[in-house]
Amino acid sequence: MSFSDYFKQLDLDKLSMQLYSCTANDVERALAAPQRDIDHLMALLSPAASAYLEQMAQQAYQITRQRFGANIGMYLPLYLSNLCANECDYCGFSMSNKLKRKTLSDDELIAEISIIKQRGFDSILLVSGEHETKVGIDYFSHVLPIVKQHFSYVAIEVQPLKTEEYQALVALGLDAVMVYQETYQPITYAKHHTRGKKQDFVYRLTTPERVASAGVDKIGLGVLLGLDDWRLDALLMGYHLSYLERRFWRSRYSISLPRLRPCTGGVTPKVELTDKGLVQMICAFRLFNAQLEISLSTREEPSFRNNLLPLGVTNISAGSSTEPGGYQNPNTQLDQFEISDERSASEMANTMRTIGLNPVWKDWEKAWC
Amino acid sequence: MLTIADHQFESRLFTGTGKFSDTETMLAALSTSQSQLVTLAMKRIDLSKNFDDLLTPLQEMGVKLLPNTAGARTAKEAIFAAELAREMLGTNWVKLEIHPDPKYLMPDAIETLAAASVLCEKGFTVLPYVHADPVLCRRLEEVGCAAVMPLGSPIGSNQGLATEPFLEIIIEQANIPVVIDAGIGAPSQACRAMEMGADAVLVNTAIASSANPQHMATCFKDAVNTGRMAYLAGLGSVTKHAEHTSPLTQFLES
Ligand code: SF4
Repeated sequence: MSFSDYFKQLDLDKLSMQLYSCTANDVERALAAPQRDIDHLMALLSPAASAYLEQMAQQAYQITRQRFGANIGMYLPLYLSNLCANECDYCGFSMSNKLKRKTLSDDELIAEISIIKQRGFDSILLVSGEHETKVGIDYFSHVLPIVKQHFSYVAIEVQPLKTEEYQALVALGLDAVMVYQETYQPITYAKHHTRGKKQDFVYRLTTPERVASAGVDKIGLGVLLGLDDWRLDALLMGYHLSYLERRFWRSRYSISLPRLRPCTGGVTPKVELTDKGLVQMICAFRLFNAQLEISLSTREEPSFRNNLLPLGVTNISAGSSTEPGGYQNPNTQLDQFEISDERSASEMANTMRTIGLNPVWKDWEKAWC
Repeated sequence: MLTIADHQFESRLFTGTGKFSDTETMLAALSTSQSQLVTLAMKRIDLSKNFDDLLTPLQEMGVKLLPNTAGARTAKEAIFAAELAREMLGTNWVKLEIHPDPKYLMPDAIETLAAASVLCEKGFTVLPYVHADPVLCRRLEEVGCAAVMPLGSPIGSNQGLATEPFLEIIIEQANIPVVIDAGIGAPSQACRAMEMGADAVLVNTAIASSANPQHMATCFKDAVNTGRMAYLAGLGSVTKHAEHTSPLTQFLES
């Protein structure tokens, strides 16, 4: 049964009701459980759990250090293109936004790579808008071998592809695919995705399965926090994650928890996720799943990021640019969203060291796997 | 109700037929146990006779028979035994057991996976007996096995759940029933296996070789039911409270 069939059987209203009626007892049970299941995740995401935040944080810290040690993986996004054939009302790359469009040429790509390499990164996330014809499988197949010469770990965050296309990219060195559902609530999804292929909720929902069956090493899930009730979205992502883990057990999984940021022509968040809420969410996922990787982008403020680091985060970006060609030519106004933490990678690494965390630049060598 | 492949079981205690002093004692114990799935070794059935001392009374009891391939040392031998069982007993269920090692009867993971994949292709309902190896169990599930039967400890050793940490992982990950097989020597151990969330246990030696097999069968029946009910009710857990270091969420208050 594919996840979309499984998902159809979930009654979202009922789940939401259960989530909001969790009691202190349920939270305590979840905190004490040696193995946690989806009902425990529900309790930990519920409003009732906010009174237990310190306990959750202490446990999340211990589990993370036990599983990952003091290591935090460092990565950087490399924006390949801001072309997009979709309309998402929260994103600066939306098709109708008046914005100079750009796709990196080989020379520009190499220039970006050399700057990123100088900063010490060995793990890269290739990002593009979703434009199948102009920035599609042919472009990715061309770009990947170039990038792979310089980075041991290459992830992509592009439009959903077919299984065979993922397979072809794996053969060229692809290690990870991030594909965020944005929201698991179909009515909200339809409201925010008003044009283009991304409107197909189910095709997006089944992407991680195609990624996994193509043998990609790591799969990233994510929700855009602010589009709708974050507690329910997080719980549904938990369902997705456990479905995938059960069936595709050779893959590694990561999640990303971006809060909606201002962008050109963007919507204001419908629901605000407070700092406290974000901490609860990170801790809940860590308690639910000890081996899950959790990424933290530069969307958050520096001091808040420092405080989040010990709580379960395993990967961070630093010194990011969110526009194509932005490392070589910053501030050209082509960016996808505003970033909040402007610290350079080395500044960030130093901060991490002062709180006893170890920035890891390279931890992957495909040839050995 | 436990479902394995297309069959439903009310009892989660599976039993074996070896080691009883005589057929009568065996039948009395099995019937007391209320077990609905009974394994029997193909190597023990007399193929030349129409009436078999072991087989015929079991068939009359109406329990589901699970022929096993004990004695097979290779995939090829096990496949042969399974085919023989299908022909003779009219069942495509098979407990796949391959142990080339006569001393501890340790299951051979490599031959078992190879045989399981052939037998599943041929339409058998395969329940493989394996070491408590979580990766192997996932691979057996992938080739189409109907359940997995990891061992608690060496066959007949009565050492109980020596493999508990690995059984826990197997139970957590499996999408098919997990039957803990081998090594369960006391009702308390069967109860523990069920509390952990095992779908069923298979007990043979502990019942067959006890001084009073019929009584012991009752004890196991009750232990399995108790363990299952405790699992469903949700066990309270043992925690070592985290030592409180400096608060991690104070920044939220400022
Ligand atoms: S979110 Fe992605 S698909 Fe939507 S407009 Fe932005 S780049 Fe395009």
